Amino acid sequence: MIKEFVGATSGKFPGRPHRLLRAVAFLISLAALPAAHAALTIEIVGTGATQLPIAVVPFRAEAGLAQPVTPVIASDLARSGLFRMVDSGGLNPPPYEPQDLNYSNWRARGADAVVIGSVAPLSDGRYDVRFRLMDVARQVQLAGFAYTANASQLRLTAHRIADVIYEMLTSGKGVFSTRIAYIVKKGKRYELQVADADGYGAQTVRWSDEPILSPSWSPDGTRLAYVSLEQKKPVVYVQSLMTGQYQAVANYWGSNSAPTWSPDGRTLAVVLSKDGGSQIYFINTDGKGQPRRMTFSSAIDTEPNFSPDGELMLFTSDRGGSPQIYGMPAAGGDPRRLTFEGSYNVTPRFSPDGKSFTFIQRNGGRFNVAVQDMTTRQVQVLTDGAIDESPSFAPNGRMILYATEVRGRGVLSAVSSDGRVKQRLTEDAGDVREPAWGPFPK
Amino acid sequence: MNRILTATVVLFLLALAGCAATPTAEQPGAAVEDRGKPVGPPGVVAAKPKPDTGAKPLVEKPLGAAALRDPGNILSRRSVYFDFDSNLVKDEFRPLVTAHARYLQQNPGAKMRIEGHADERGSREYNIALGQRRSEAVKQMMQLLGARPDQVEPVSFGEEKPKAAGHDEASWAENRRGDIVYQGE
Repeated sequence: MIKEFVGATSGKFPGRPHRLLRAVAFLISLAALPAAHAALTIEIVGTGATQLPIAVVPFRAEAGLAQPVTPVIASDLARSGLFRMVDSGGLNPPPYEPQDLNYSNWRARGADAVVIGSVAPLSDGRYDVRFRLMDVARQVQLAGFAYTANASQLRLTAHRIADVIYEMLTSGKGVFSTRIAYIVKKGKRYELQVADADGYGAQTVRWSDEPILSPSWSPDGTRLAYVSLEQKKPVVYVQSLMTGQYQAVANYWGSNSAPTWSPDGRTLAVVLSKDGGSQIYFINTDGKGQPRRMTFSSAIDTEPNFSPDGELMLFTSDRGGSPQIYGMPAAGGDPRRLTFEGSYNVTPRFSPDGKSFTFIQRNGGRFNVAVQDMTTRQVQVLTDGAIDESPSFAPNGRMILYATEVRGRGVLSAVSSDGRVKQRLTEDAGDVREPAWGPFPK
Repeated sequence: MNRILTATVVLFLLALAGCAATPTAEQPGAAVEDRGKPVGPPGVVAAKPKPDTGAKPLVEKPLGAAALRDPGNILSRRSVYFDFDSNLVKDEFRPLVTAHARYLQQNPGAKMRIEGHADERGSREYNIALGQRRSEAVKQMMQLLGARPDQVEPVSFGEEKPKAAGHDEASWAENRRGDIVYQGE
């Protein structure tokens, strides 16, 4: 059971009593104990234009824990590229309460903010974890929360703390408590995996000796849609992450692929070849009923993607002679071409605020991640790899996760929407591809 | 007379088999019904079947499933290759497609899948659709040649199941293809 206690004075936080509970509930429901090591390793290879210097002091009594909390907090903040970690060691005694803080010391170290806290075991075997975020210049508390967590929830608690700190200091929502899905190819085996956004706790939710591709998260984060070739043709499946059960929802004559969820979670847009060619249809998420055809060309129409308000649908089409990105009303209607640079623009995915979309643009033989503004149509190319694919926005719109190759190996990378922050995510044992960033936990 | 006829027929069949094994010189239409045209190696003339000699007339028999696996038969060849960005079935593959279409026509219970492939460049889903275009192009040709639509299911593997693992034009060319797979294989 997790309770949040608002102990802040100047913090402006609404209480969020239920999100943590539900996030924990579905982490627990997945499997036994989460892995203690990362299957995905993340390194920073580029940082933000400005970085906020922050110190995270190890919490009182956390040293003996199987899962210390402050290294996870510090790692989350550093990985965002927006923080520079300031040395927090060498103080005797270390500060745990506001009255322990010597602000001139922290100013001298160059920190703008300090995080202090404590962990205390409770009589029922759980832990009380509390923290305070302190402003060094103004010498006031910006936020403070307390959590009750059992041992297996300590990582998630650390992520929640990092989210609060991130939000307080960067005015954007943190994504440290989110998850990502991706496909790992190990030899002949394909594994659909779900991991925490920091690469830890990777779980294989589906595996096969035939390719799996195109994973897509349901808006509430409880299900994944994906394509599997195990029936010797592409078939769309929906799988529950709570129960592990899956079912084929589109297995019509010919090929079935490219699933994506409508924002209300009730419809899947898919690409079917049952009427000839590759065209976009809407189906029910349980696969029942008849597909409703949405595009009517004799060209390739594929890679549908809904706007966050559900009103628009982007897709890739070569009806004009080369693959470009088009938009049309999700209720049906005439598509409008949106991309006009170059001869190959594919894989459109809306930003969470609906104001732009990311896509892949081919430039002279290289495939790169780009973003186009919906209003101005201005395009910014964000990456310079050779074969970048499959871009996916984080739910805070600040990072884009994508697949690329480094020295012949499939890896994931992430880039900030201004192109500055860069991360690389590698998997120990295989090639990673087809990433999809999950939603905020509810 | 009988022996000469038999020898001639045997030589003729050997010659036909020889033709079938050549990649580009198929003449599936050169069946025994062609009258007056010499076939096979020079010096051998096919004799017209004469019912009153007691020999069975050589007509084009529907081929059974064994032919599908006979390396000497064009039906054992299953791959149609495509140029970059193209789903046009090139002339060199017409005999192959024709032979399979004919097989389907003669074996109404037979069914196949055509598995379309694309090379690795570009979006996976767009490549699924490109592979689909290729398998549908092959299906369309087969339908024109007598196959029923429900006998041929066109599907696509996109770039997911390449035959050649390299990252060069030779590998890409190998992966731009449609593969014919009969039900039960």
